[in-house]
Amino acid sequence: MATEPLAKEVAGTCVDAYGSAIGMPQLCFDWFPNQIFWLVITLVVIFLVLSRVALPRIAAILAERQGTITNDLAAAEDLKAKAVEAEEAYNKALADARSEAQRIAAEARAEIQSGLDDAIAKADLEIAAKAAESEKAIADIRAGALESIQVVAKDTAAELVTALGGEADAKAIDSAIDAQTKG
Amino acid sequence: MATETTAAEGSSLVFHPMDQFIVKPLFGDGAIAWYTPTNVTLWLFLAIAAIFALLVLSTSKRAIVPTRMQSVAELAYGFIYKMLEDICGKEGVKYFPYVMTLFMFIVCANFLGMLPMSFTTTSHFAVTIPLALAVFLTVTVLGFVKNGASFLGLFWVSSAPLALRPVLAIIELISYFVRPVSHSIRLAGNVMAGHAVIKVFAGFAAIAVISPVSVLAITAMYGLEVLVSFIQAYVFTILTCVYLKDALHPSH
Repeated sequence: MATEPLAKEVAGTCVDAYGSAIGMPQLCFDWFPNQIFWLVITLVVIFLVLSRVALPRIAAILAERQGTITNDLAAAEDLKAKAVEAEEAYNKALADARSEAQRIAAEARAEIQSGLDDAIAKADLEIAAKAAESEKAIADIRAGALESIQVVAKDTAAELVTALGGEADAKAIDSAIDAQTKG
Repeated sequence: MATETTAAEGSSLVFHPMDQFIVKPLFGDGAIAWYTPTNVTLWLFLAIAAIFALLVLSTSKRAIVPTRMQSVAELAYGFIYKMLEDICGKEGVKYFPYVMTLFMFIVCANFLGMLPMSFTTTSHFAVTIPLALAVFLTVTVLGFVKNGASFLGLFWVSSAPLALRPVLAIIELISYFVRPVSHSIRLAGNVMAGHAVIKVFAGFAAIAVISPVSVLAITAMYGLEVLVSFIQAYVFTILTCVYLKDALHPSH
């Protein structure tokens, strides 16, 4: 750095002999062309870098991110709809299975009922047959009993007549007994 | 600044707060012609490198889930894009690269200027005036191209009483032409003042008794300057958007 006074022509009008500023360096018009020239170059370079590379790239990144978010949201919505659909299908399958089970149970019940009815009818028939047989047997016995009564009554009547010292008239006794028992 | 102390004759208290703004050739000590590579060139190119690293290198992976640097790039993009869209509407969006160039350049140059021993390009009117003039010319040309003569309606406040309108037109006209001046001086002035104040405090650090206060003050100023660096870039950009809106929709 300047420890001894500079030559006047090197220092110019803006810097004193010791390298310090005279007044405001901002107002040193000697330096304006230089600063403006480099400023213009800088601004043009920045503008080109921004408009050609940086800004389209950042815009693309932001758009891509927005797109990704939108897509993900749509996918989530889709999956949610699918889940609801699956639940509905499950519920429907459940209802179907329930009605099928009910149908099968009703069928089984009907089958059992018809089997039962058949068996009851068969049993009824058998019972009726047995009852008829029994009735016939009873009638036979009853008829047998009547005959026996007549025989016993005739014998008894004859014996009584004899015992009372009478003469047993077989014919009269028979007709009397028959008349009594018929009535 | 070793130069300052050697240049000082006798006194230990030396203030050269403006020396940090001197433009020097990068190679040799010759005179500065318009094409000479200077410290301005170096720090402008470092700004380009910073922008390239921030917006291009960090996004090179195009990650759906961004890395930290990529999120900063995306934040910067979204910040300026939204600002432009909110102020100028849909038709302003096509000027986005232009506005983004201004914002990224100013914010990177300001923050690079916060590095110790750096050269702050945006503290120079030679840098901010062309920026502001570029905005002014763009807006004016765009206004006439888009709206023809009805762009002059910007100066004719139709909601004011008829008698007041000529007066208002003059005021509007003046304020319109003052725009580039305030636009550029606001930026350079803020940045320059902050840096100069830090240098002044640094000068006080040479006195042992005051130096703790001085160091604290530098720290506080530095924090403030970091804020100012961003806020001035933001203000410059938002004003550019507002001026662009005038060109696109000149009616009040």
